[in-house]
Amino acid sequence: MANRTPTKRAAAAIPHGLERAQLLEMYRLVRLTRALEEKLELLFKQSKVVGGLFRSLGQEGESVASAYALRRRDDGTGDVLSPLIRNLGSMLTIGARPDEVVRQYMAKGDSPARGKELNIHFTDFDRGFIGQISPLGDLVPVMAGVALTFRQRGEDRVGMVYIGDGATSTGAFHEGINFAAVQKLPLVVVVENNGWAYSTPTRMQTAARSFAAKAAGYGAAAEQVDGNDMLAVYGVAKKAVDRARAGGGVTLIEVQTYRRKGHAQHDAQTYMDPAEIEHWATTNDPVDRYVAALTQNGWASTKELAAIDAEIDRELDEMIAQAETSPLPDAEEARTDVTGDGPVAAPWYRLSPPDPVKA
Amino acid sequence: MATALESKPEHVRLTEQGKPVTLLEAIREGLWEEMERDERVFLMGEDIGVYGGAFKVTEGMLDAFGSLRVVDTPISEIGFTGAAAGAAHMGMRPVVEMQFIDFIACAYDMITNYVATSRYRGSGAVPMVIRGPSGGYVRGGPFHSQNPEAAFFHTPGLKIVYPATAYDAKGLIKAAIRDDDPVLFFEHKWLYRRPQLREVLPKEDYVVPIGKARTHREGKDLTIVTYAALVHKSAEAAEVLEKEDGLDVEIIDLRTILPLDDEAIVASVKKTNRLLIVHEDTRTGGIAGEIAMRVSEKAFEWLDAPIQRVTAIDAPIPYSPPLEDYFLPQTDDIVKAARWLAKY
Ligand SMILES: Cc1ncc(C[n+]2csc(CCOP(=O)(O)OP(=O)(O)O)c2C)c(N)n1
Repeated sequence: MANRTPTKRAAAAIPHGLERAQLLEMYRLVRLTRALEEKLELLFKQSKVVGGLFRSLGQEGESVASAYALRRRDDGTGDVLSPLIRNLGSMLTIGARPDEVVRQYMAKGDSPARGKELNIHFTDFDRGFIGQISPLGDLVPVMAGVALTFRQRGEDRVGMVYIGDGATSTGAFHEGINFAAVQKLPLVVVVENNGWAYSTPTRMQTAARSFAAKAAGYGAAAEQVDGNDMLAVYGVAKKAVDRARAGGGVTLIEVQTYRRKGHAQHDAQTYMDPAEIEHWATTNDPVDRYVAALTQNGWASTKELAAIDAEIDRELDEMIAQAETSPLPDAEEARTDVTGDGPVAAPWYRLSPPDPVKA
Repeated sequence: MATALESKPEHVRLTEQGKPVTLLEAIREGLWEEMERDERVFLMGEDIGVYGGAFKVTEGMLDAFGSLRVVDTPISEIGFTGAAAGAAHMGMRPVVEMQFIDFIACAYDMITNYVATSRYRGSGAVPMVIRGPSGGYVRGGPFHSQNPEAAFFHTPGLKIVYPATAYDAKGLIKAAIRDDDPVLFFEHKWLYRRPQLREVLPKEDYVVPIGKARTHREGKDLTIVTYAALVHKSAEAAEVLEKEDGLDVEIIDLRTILPLDDEAIVASVKKTNRLLIVHEDTRTGGIAGEIAMRVSEKAFEWLDAPIQRVTAIDAPIPYSPPLEDYFLPQTDDIVKAARWLAKY
């Protein structure tokens, strides 16, 4: 009785075949993404993050909602995605854990990449994510290959690859999506049009009218969607994933969103208009919009959502405290996993006594 | 979507006369003066205009020279490297920036197959410069810390420059721009703003010739051949070796990797009879192997000890501090290797 939704009128019908529990799960994921990044920013300011920090503030909604359309499993039979720098939300949605992310950022020895790689550059094929590398665009052909294998093996699995508006200018992007389209592979290419690539506005990146319009040039299907409307993003992503699974080939989804922070923590975003950032923050925040949809349609109460928030904060504080006690990796770990043949040689001058002949 | 703000970055023309400049500022001065001297010179790259480049090397240059000569590009390394070649064919002197030198790999085909072979194939010289921040010691991880010089060292038709001091950086970037051949110009990001490297540069126009090494420190007991960041770590090691071992170490800073200044290397080895080659790049297939072979060909009789090298280990560069420290050559490694050589 006590847990009844507070609205008197009947709840609106939930779109896209989603259930209430799924709506709440999506809420948890998007809030988790934002909260985790905020904690990481704090750690960064305390110099506990090694290297840089890239925020996805304002884009968490599309990240979570698109990945939510995938078939999520943890036994190597689900769909597979490859994120970009701003897809912490997609990673958490497909199954990466916040503590893994914190350890990665802190370069700990028990992070998934054991200190060799940074931020969300890590992989778990069972849970269905492949770590990106920094050179932009490279994961589009790689994900085409993942999708090619799904088809070769007759598995009804789908690949999803994220790419920024800037990164669509790379040769690798063109070659990858073209190959996937020719082969009619089960691949969804999510182009995140957030207005910027570092300091370069989108109009200096492409002369095309839209990214969705580019799809025709490859013979891929296209969708364009308001990236800050989570349910809309879920809807087009679900359609694209279903199409891919049914043998309908590649879909390019252009999500229209906005990068409210600078390129990275060190970027003072002087080239951006503060009024514009403010406008997006106050009128078009994906989390605010989702909360409004949930509460106004009678799908969730503010009290329910507040309980989820509190739980996330508690969880994250615990994880971070634990991660902080983890040791950095052993130096000699640097020699391992170059190939499968065992560690590479230690430099002779590090041996005791140093002897180049014996090393 | 959005328009950039009217407020532009502070106008940062040349540093005040007589004020010591960092290596980064020295490069900016060199670019700036060449832009003023020769209107065929123009810049291309990602975020080099309004933003002034990821490391601010080109800060203020858009305001000074306009968008026809400071060209912001899409994220298209193959595209703008090829476009630079085309412009060079038409008589221009393009200088392109790789935001991080790691991404030069994206343009590998354009550089090695097209640009480097152009003169030889009869399509004419390609006077262009490809420059960008390289190197480690900054916890940048596998894709923001590499030293890709050896990948291009094997490509006839290119020149490769990698300065270690502010004076050389300015003189060499100018020489690179004036050179009729394609020059890869590596800038060590760990050296960019090091206060210790600040120097007062000459008022007059000067160039540092490509292909000539420089004696960074005179000595008679042992030669260290090195370049870029490792010049400074070698100098630190030499101080330790002098104090603790009474050793007098000579340091040769190559400055240009391709072509190698055999003469300077061989002359030093003939003087000291012992050679240690030190570089930040990985070991196998690194530049040290070629230098060792040349010395063995040209000065074997003068050697009193086997040639040795201190390099990064044969792995990709890792991210976490203890791993990066282990991967990269450290001052202490140079000290140990030099001691062994001196005792041999
Ligand atoms: C091939 C390549 N060139 C340059 C870079 C440097 N770089 C990293 S992120 C970035 C901007 C990316 O913009 P976009 O693809 O729009 O993604 P966003 O940051 O907006 O999410 C650049 C230029 C890189 N990582 N790879």
